[in-house]
Amino acid sequence: MAKEISRRGFIKALGGGAVASSAILSACSGKSMEKNALAEPAVGKMTYRTNPNTGDKVSLLGYGMMRLPTKPLSAKETEEGKAPEFDQEMINRQVDYAIEHGVRYFDTSPAYCRGLSERCTGIALSRHKREDYLIATKLSNFSPDTWSKQASQEMFENSLKELQVSYVDYLLLHAIGMGEDAMATFNGRYMDNGILDWLVEQKRKGRIRNLGFSYHGDIKVFDMLLKWHDEGKYHWDFVQIELNYLDWNYANEINSSNTDAVYLYGELKKRSIPAIIMEPLLGGRLANLPDPIVAKLKQREPERSVASWAFRYAGTPDGVLCVLSGMTYMEHLKDNLLSLAPLKPITKEEEQLLMEIANDIYNLKTIPCNECQYCMPCPYGLNIPGIFVHYNRCIKEGNMPNKGSEHPDYWRARRAFLIGYDRSVPRLRQAAQCVGCGECVSHCPQRIAIPEEMQRIDQFVEQLKQSKNGF
Amino acid sequence: MAKKKKSLLYRLRVALASIVFPLITLLFLDFTGVVHQYFGFLAKIQFLPALLALNVVVVLALVVLTLIFGRIYCSVICPLGILQDIFSHLHGRLKRNRFTFSPAKNWLRYGSLIIFMALLIAGFASLAALIDPYSAFGRIAQSLLQPAFLFGNNLLAGLAERMNSYAFYHVDIWIRGIFTLGVAIGTLTIVGILSWKHGRTWCNTICPVGTALSFLSRFAWFRIFIDAKKCVDCSLCERNCKTAAIDYKAHTVDHSRCVVCGVCQGVCGKQAISYVHKNPNRQFTTEDNNKTAPDNNRRAFLIGAALAAGTAALAQEKKKVDGGLAVIEDKKAPQRQTPITPPGSYSANNMARHCTACQLCVAECPNHVLRPSTNLKTFMQPVLSYERGFCRPECNRCTQVCPTGAIRPLSVPDKTGAHIGHAVWVRQNCLPAKDGIACGNCERHCPVGAIQMVPLKPDDEFSPLVPAVDEEFCIGCGACEYACPSRPFPAIYVEGHEQHRMD
Repeated sequence: MAKEISRRGFIKALGGGAVASSAILSACSGKSMEKNALAEPAVGKMTYRTNPNTGDKVSLLGYGMMRLPTKPLSAKETEEGKAPEFDQEMINRQVDYAIEHGVRYFDTSPAYCRGLSERCTGIALSRHKREDYLIATKLSNFSPDTWSKQASQEMFENSLKELQVSYVDYLLLHAIGMGEDAMATFNGRYMDNGILDWLVEQKRKGRIRNLGFSYHGDIKVFDMLLKWHDEGKYHWDFVQIELNYLDWNYANEINSSNTDAVYLYGELKKRSIPAIIMEPLLGGRLANLPDPIVAKLKQREPERSVASWAFRYAGTPDGVLCVLSGMTYMEHLKDNLLSLAPLKPITKEEEQLLMEIANDIYNLKTIPCNECQYCMPCPYGLNIPGIFVHYNRCIKEGNMPNKGSEHPDYWRARRAFLIGYDRSVPRLRQAAQCVGCGECVSHCPQRIAIPEEMQRIDQFVEQLKQSKNGF
Repeated sequence: MAKKKKSLLYRLRVALASIVFPLITLLFLDFTGVVHQYFGFLAKIQFLPALLALNVVVVLALVVLTLIFGRIYCSVICPLGILQDIFSHLHGRLKRNRFTFSPAKNWLRYGSLIIFMALLIAGFASLAALIDPYSAFGRIAQSLLQPAFLFGNNLLAGLAERMNSYAFYHVDIWIRGIFTLGVAIGTLTIVGILSWKHGRTWCNTICPVGTALSFLSRFAWFRIFIDAKKCVDCSLCERNCKTAAIDYKAHTVDHSRCVVCGVCQGVCGKQAISYVHKNPNRQFTTEDNNKTAPDNNRRAFLIGAALAAGTAALAQEKKKVDGGLAVIEDKKAPQRQTPITPPGSYSANNMARHCTACQLCVAECPNHVLRPSTNLKTFMQPVLSYERGFCRPECNRCTQVCPTGAIRPLSVPDKTGAHIGHAVWVRQNCLPAKDGIACGNCERHCPVGAIQMVPLKPDDEFSPLVPAVDEEFCIGCGACEYACPSRPFPAIYVEGHEQHRMD
């Protein structure tokens, strides 16, 4: 998060600068102040999607209430390890601003923000008309002592109380597919105690308007719940999934226990179940991209943030009801409003670009070197084709440690990549030695940007090395 | 040694020594850092390192141990002691009953201890360490055994490569310091010959730790005694005592020299020798003050040949044909005004005072950065140089292994905040300044962003870009020096800091 925040801070500064300079410009030219609207989201522009079950008009941007703003701690309090207090005044302001700009969907849970999210959300929302907002909360599943039927019912009743409402618009079974044995966890939490049937009953009574689940982890549970839907055993009004331009194809590469979003979304779309999207930024990762990728995106949309691409991507498929974002700061909210109010859908060509970027991020692009040796000898002693051959071979043989250090295969692949690198090319002839003189560039019939590739590979290797001491 | 039944003391001593010795040796051989996680403590319980590290707990424990059991430290903890036992034992298999009693050479052992302490107090820890048993062993293991170990590893790595396995990987083998290698060979020769001929002579004449412990072992609770009533004066015990401490005629054991090895107990056919608290014959004294001439050689230093000069100088070979590899000239270490000491050593002064030059950190360094110094004041103590690698940001291994407190433990983030030196630009070597080539390798590799590229001519922004070092940010890791394409001397190099600045 810290990185994301600093990026956001930077974007903010940039945005502020743009406002200032455009103000000066307009003062000079005497033109209208329209240009300022670029940095300030407009009212009444939100893109809405319709929930086929209830006909709800749902704002494409949903407010995730899991990272609420807090008051700063004093040095002493930090030292004492005190948890910061939530800043209700700021929460109210941001919620007001969001509603004013058309946000209708607010997603919370009894577990968020040390259990205080529902209360803070309730305080902020109760100052508005009930029909102006939709509330999503969850039957959370974190501690097994909340699993009894009575405790679950109490949890639901407490949510209504904290949120100061008489009904919940969207109720989710929380994080289906988690747990050591995901199927057993699911059954223990929602089936054996009969709580799912109780929730269905609440829905009949109108205390729950839409019943769905959020999914992480084991695909077996996801498939089973959709099978129930097909069989008419349970009806899912919506499902919450992770979707972003990395997860679309690479969710499984990032974390072997996840499933690619292309499958999840496809399954929902087939059944016309609306999708709520979480993690559009992949935990902030898609807002914090390597410089060359940032440059690529900025070239196309210089005024828009890097994060905006991820939000537009997640909001583009028509089966998506709402894209959630945990907007701690007003700047996040404004930036996201600029992305989704209104949505400028991702074009086919832009999608292509994002898929290329996903490939780039995963280093799954082989280098079109065919070892013709025209580039050699490199005056600085590099073995250029040797380096490319090793790199390409690692991609082909699945020894590419590109899946994040949490991935179980990462450390094996890293070892294979680094040891293999030293075996293929002596250290003094590796990419780190490239000074970028450019001698080789004109000789390459494949027009590979050799110095750039060398420096990219070197950065990749350096990053691998720094992830652990030794092989 | 006679084929008599071995005493319990003997068995225990041999069992312990044969666990401890291979493990300590392995500390100096292992380059992966794994052994250290589990057995690093074996270096930290060595007497002199613990003393220099002001490790009160260990020093007190060793004192108490000696006051109870005598000098078993010398028999089961000290690696140089065990090494001598191995030599002596091998000779003993060829030639039995070869020792005779000789009186203690007090002037030599006390003289040696006094010189040793004087050197320590004067801050010449590294010179004093020439005779410290643990670090002498360390130098032997690191300089002589580790290359053999690495060679074996590289054979396995070659096999693994053929089998497409990544279980083993190749490691460069190189001589870290020719003088230290010489010292190690010299020490091994002297200690080897002495122990082959005379058993534990070194320990009772030169070794300062042995002498220090001898003051305590005289008063140990448990000592070896010969019961005069049972003794038949067969002399077997004396002739098997590697410390020459047994005078069978007088039925005495010099407890200041005895290392409680338990051999005498086993060879005595009459069970006259016991390891007990109470002296069975009260009337005997243990000390004999006769002095004889020393039969020791002084330490000799082998001075090796100087490093061979670098070869072919054609880094910037012009491209004429396709293919082939340009020759890469070896890098040479630049002349540093201030040597670079390892992160965690805090200052050159702290290093000089604490380091016993055992080479454990040198053996541990996976980046080929540490090597023993050749400067007399800091002789054989570790210094950094960056011809073969740089002090990598994710590594803090040298700080984790030092037993003497010369290099204190640093976490990885703290290590990256230790400013051990700063980079200095050498204009006449820098390719952009010299030949107008775009480079910037130093800037790209700086892990702390201390280098930026600026136009060579301040008034011409299109002039070649050369590095500008922000000394405030520079930590002296040498990434720039290692990455610099200028050969044999880099165009950017690190000057050490006498006092490290810690962020």
